[in-house]
Amino acid sequence: MSSSVAGAVSPTRQALHRVRRDRSARVGLGLVVALIVVAAASPLLVKLSGQDAFTYHIDLLDPARGNAPQGSFGGVSGEHWFGVEPLTGRDLFSIVVLGLRTSLTIAIVVTVVTTVIGTLLGITAAYVGGWFDAILSRLLDFLFGFPQLVFMIALGIIVPAKVPRTVLLIGVLSVFGWAGLARLIRAQARSLVTREFVEAARSVGSSGWWVITRELLPNLLGPVLVVATLSIPGYIGAEAALSFLGVGVPPPTPSLGRSISDSIAWVYTGTDPWFMVFPGIALFVAVLGFTLLGDGVRDAFDVRLRRTH
Amino acid sequence: MSSAELLRLDGVRKYFGLRGAPWRTGQTVKAVDGVSFVVRKGETVGLVGESGSGKSTLARVATRLLDPTSGRVEIGGKDVTRFRGRRLRPVRRTVQMVFQDPQASLNPRQSVGTILSTPFRAQGTRPTRAQLIELLHKVGLSEEHLERYPHEFSGGQRQRIGIARALAVSPDLLICDEPVSALDVSVQAQVLNLLADLRDELGLSYVVVAHDLAVVRQVASRVAVMYLGTIVEEGPSDQVYAAPAHPYTKALLSAVPVPEPGVTRDRIVLTGDVPTPISPPSGCPFRTRCYKAEDVCATTRPVLEPVNGQTEHRAACYFPEPPPS
Repeated sequence: MSSSVAGAVSPTRQALHRVRRDRSARVGLGLVVALIVVAAASPLLVKLSGQDAFTYHIDLLDPARGNAPQGSFGGVSGEHWFGVEPLTGRDLFSIVVLGLRTSLTIAIVVTVVTTVIGTLLGITAAYVGGWFDAILSRLLDFLFGFPQLVFMIALGIIVPAKVPRTVLLIGVLSVFGWAGLARLIRAQARSLVTREFVEAARSVGSSGWWVITRELLPNLLGPVLVVATLSIPGYIGAEAALSFLGVGVPPPTPSLGRSISDSIAWVYTGTDPWFMVFPGIALFVAVLGFTLLGDGVRDAFDVRLRRTH
Repeated sequence: MSSAELLRLDGVRKYFGLRGAPWRTGQTVKAVDGVSFVVRKGETVGLVGESGSGKSTLARVATRLLDPTSGRVEIGGKDVTRFRGRRLRPVRRTVQMVFQDPQASLNPRQSVGTILSTPFRAQGTRPTRAQLIELLHKVGLSEEHLERYPHEFSGGQRQRIGIARALAVSPDLLICDEPVSALDVSVQAQVLNLLADLRDELGLSYVVVAHDLAVVRQVASRVAVMYLGTIVEEGPSDQVYAAPAHPYTKALLSAVPVPEPGVTRDRIVLTGDVPTPISPPSGCPFRTRCYKAEDVCATTRPVLEPVNGQTEHRAACYFPEPPPS
């Protein structure tokens, strides 16, 4: 263990340092950063390409092939970098980058919401115990046993169109999403609260909030970060799946999931497989990037657990 | 001795409810079962007993980390039995605790500086760097340790940090729960010497909880012996060690190795195990293992009574040992 005078580094810092040295985590981080930049700059990129996601270009379609795009690679050209959407002729590049933004926004917001709620409730249940813990645990059991997908589909149909679908999606995914993290954190925190440093903090007069946020939370940062980074690809997939099923982001707002859903018939008939390739690659890269990064974070924090002090 | 009472426990009981299997609900573990106990300013009281005798629980009730099931806890002359949360905060400035396991009692994610500033922040102030350095100096550590993390220290050093944290609020009484049992023997002496130095320097009082009679003998002016949640004997160290009155104390002391080679001692070997605190024996809790037990011991629990006319030395036994001739 490094114990030089200058070498005092907090364990969390050490773990993040290990993430930076892990090659696949670096690749993941690179992909994630690139995707976030693309998503954030998507309106700019769309403008740069000189197109938008909503204008129909019927003239670029081939009525003889069921209105599939003319030309090779789904109509890729200097104007339409990813070609155009069959049937409408809308610019596919615009749809993919804006759809990426939709997907990432939903996934990241849901992850932030569920991480904060799950972590705080999990730690609080472990620290406070008693009836609070009992009620929370039963609620978690309920959420785990609940047919989430059916409920989400039903909700997507029932809720009036006045409610923005993006908000609805974030809400529904959040309501079910925090349970897993809360259960994990509660279990980990229960073993921590019996450690004497918690008693020590109480014995000097620390408040419950202080113990939860300053004493317990830093020790749980590892699992929290791991679950958070690994849940982002899950939510990207969930959003895509719901859009695929037709209860996600409604048209004309671009969504990777809905584009992939729409492309199935064109792949199946072989008339325009490129319609699936571009959104598919974007979704794949997003999931891959966050998964690699999440794996790296997990490995970095696991090393600490295996290390003997 | 009539100096100020720092801590007074009156008939304190702490029962833990058993949970889990349905047939165990309603059962309780009687960890502390009626303990009265006073610590005055300037005293060092040793609390000895085997594992499970309730001494650590008693320490936690005395620091109000645990709520007593019944009885009274007075700290600094104030009844704090029903105090909770925020109201306990000023009480913390009188009584502080040093924990058994210096590895577990320091948060591995916090630097020494953060650990030592927690008591100040909890009491609503912000420490200056000089204050933190002064704390480190008091326990024999130095400024360079401030930015380090607990895993970079040895066991003895960690315990010094634990002591420094307890000293941060300038308490009058330190309750040390097995302060050296997790340390190497050579380091034990250093930490005990540190506690003694701090007593002289800061006028501290101590309650030292230990299962090691030698440790208690080295530091304590008064000793209380616990068995199954009750105090069975209490008195000035020299009297208790020289002339134990309770059979349990006598048996414990006879088990301490004699340092001179060749000298042997009649050892009293206790048979059986400590009974379960879920259903302790009727009458005297020690009677099931006592070599002197008679019928009366099973009926009424004996109370602490002066031994051999010494008011300070008391034992809870119907048949106390006679003083050695």
